[in-house]
Amino acid sequence: MPLLDFLNFYLVPGIVLGSIYAVGAIGITLVFGILRFAHFAHGDMATLGAFIALALVAGGMDPWTALPVAMAATAVVAIGVDKAFYDYLKARPKIVTVMASLGVALMLRSVVQVVWGVDPRTYATGIVRPDSYFGILLRPRELYTLASVVLIVVGLALFLRHSKWGKAMRAMSDNPDLARLSGVDNRKVTMLTWAIVGALCAASGFMLGINTELHSMMGWQLLLPMFAAAIVGGVGRVEGAVLGGLVVGIAEELSIFILPAQYKAATAFALLLLILLVRPRGLLNGKVL
Amino acid sequence: MDLLGLANYAVFMAILIGIYALLALGLNIQWGFTGLFNAGIAGFFAIGAYTSAILTSLPAAHRLGGFELPMVLGWVAAMLVAAAIAWPIGKICLRFRSDYLAIATIGIAEIIRLVIRTEGWLTGGVRGITGIPRPFGELPYMQSQLAFLAIVVVLVLLAYMLVERQVNAPWGRMMRAIRDNENAAAAMGKRVADRRLQAFVFGSALMGLAGALFVHFNRSITPEAIDPMIATFLIWIMLILGGSGNNRGAILGAAAIWIIWSVSELLTDRLPTEVAIQAKYARVFIIGLTLQLVLRFRPEGIVPERQAGAASSRR
Repeated sequence: MPLLDFLNFYLVPGIVLGSIYAVGAIGITLVFGILRFAHFAHGDMATLGAFIALALVAGGMDPWTALPVAMAATAVVAIGVDKAFYDYLKARPKIVTVMASLGVALMLRSVVQVVWGVDPRTYATGIVRPDSYFGILLRPRELYTLASVVLIVVGLALFLRHSKWGKAMRAMSDNPDLARLSGVDNRKVTMLTWAIVGALCAASGFMLGINTELHSMMGWQLLLPMFAAAIVGGVGRVEGAVLGGLVVGIAEELSIFILPAQYKAATAFALLLLILLVRPRGLLNGKVL
Repeated sequence: MDLLGLANYAVFMAILIGIYALLALGLNIQWGFTGLFNAGIAGFFAIGAYTSAILTSLPAAHRLGGFELPMVLGWVAAMLVAAAIAWPIGKICLRFRSDYLAIATIGIAEIIRLVIRTEGWLTGGVRGITGIPRPFGELPYMQSQLAFLAIVVVLVLLAYMLVERQVNAPWGRMMRAIRDNENAAAAMGKRVADRRLQAFVFGSALMGLAGALFVHFNRSITPEAIDPMIATFLIWIMLILGGSGNNRGAILGAAAIWIIWSVSELLTDRLPTEVAIQAKYARVFIIGLTLQLVLRFRPEGIVPERQAGAASSRR
């Protein structure tokens, strides 16, 4: 196969898909690392964010302007979900919160299904032809997606590294008791985490929606690749989630060479089991819960 | 609805409650006594259903199977195959916290669904499998239903007694010890990962048996017959509401939730079509909310787990 075809039909779609997974996986890794549980409502929260953006687009907004608004709205939803359903389970074993999040997943999805129905939707109709950049074909929406992902990842990394609240989040991830003793307000950090996680959910859902289509199960189908990405990269590591997302996304696209296309979705699962078997801390040495 | 129709419906419901009770008992071994989070119940259920269907159904041109084996063999095979799939998953994931098992079981359920849809030569693909025999299927309708109910009741009782016996034995005490304080149990020399693996495999085998019963009751199966998330979630609600760690609670929860779920379906079916579809999804919302309320206000369920002192009367 010529190199250019390989790039255009496998690697570029893999990178686009992978960066969408990466944005979702960052959220999962933050909850896993800071709040210490597997958040199963993550995918369906992404669905909700994507549909909130759809409502804004239907109201006449440009999709990429709707994105930040939808991110903010989903951040509020995430904080609300935490206050309503997770917060009071704090003192119980963490697995109970995992279960509650599965219930929240079902609830969020049925809200989407009641409000927007179950038929596939799109942000914009019509076929967009890709432009050629030295032979590499990219559609504008793919360029925007990659640019937004870079912006989000760099912004978040700077925030976590240099700002006071970012440091507080990392402190709580490393050792919650020690963080509290040093004067970190766990409640505020939890709220801040949920705001960031909600915004990231909306971004991943929106970007999947604009590159493919929106439907009520889209987030649920994101869940497994996002978790695989977070664990492959190393739980609690933001840069690990990005790396893991890219690995999972590219692996899914390349799986066509060895597996029938129907089993593309199984790639993430295979990677997840493999990493748990050989290197449970992940590629970048994250936590093992 | 006349009296006979009502009786028919009651028997039909009772059979399904029995099948769900088996699933809830299986989950109780995993979650109630051992603290393992299985989020792929529907997968193990489907495996059992398809295994028994392939082994016992009539031959068909478009797929493998139709071995016309005796049904009991199909049931045993259903349990064995479900256990065989549970084993490697558990082996890899049970070294870690239960979150990892939950993710992996969601994954395995998805993959089982993919395989069922894709591998038409094995499972009939979207057409599914028909011509599955039913025990006492040649009797008139009502007798046949009653005979099937009897089989289900016997199996549920058998499963109940075996599980009860097991959890009251030293094995059960050890499992609860591992669940409540893993480090202490490990320090006492218990092999935590191996014991968890046992519980996971046993529970999954019971789920496979429930799937086999379901497929012989329906006489056919298609991929759409099992909605992975809703099926899994209903079992979870049944166990949590009934009382996890208590087998009677599991069975009671199965009955209560299944009755509420089906009656609410009867009600929403009577609504005008436009609203009926939305009401169908609203029902799922309420199930999710129920879980939250139970977790918040009555985490021990209707019939709480018996405390160690009360349970140890039988040594």
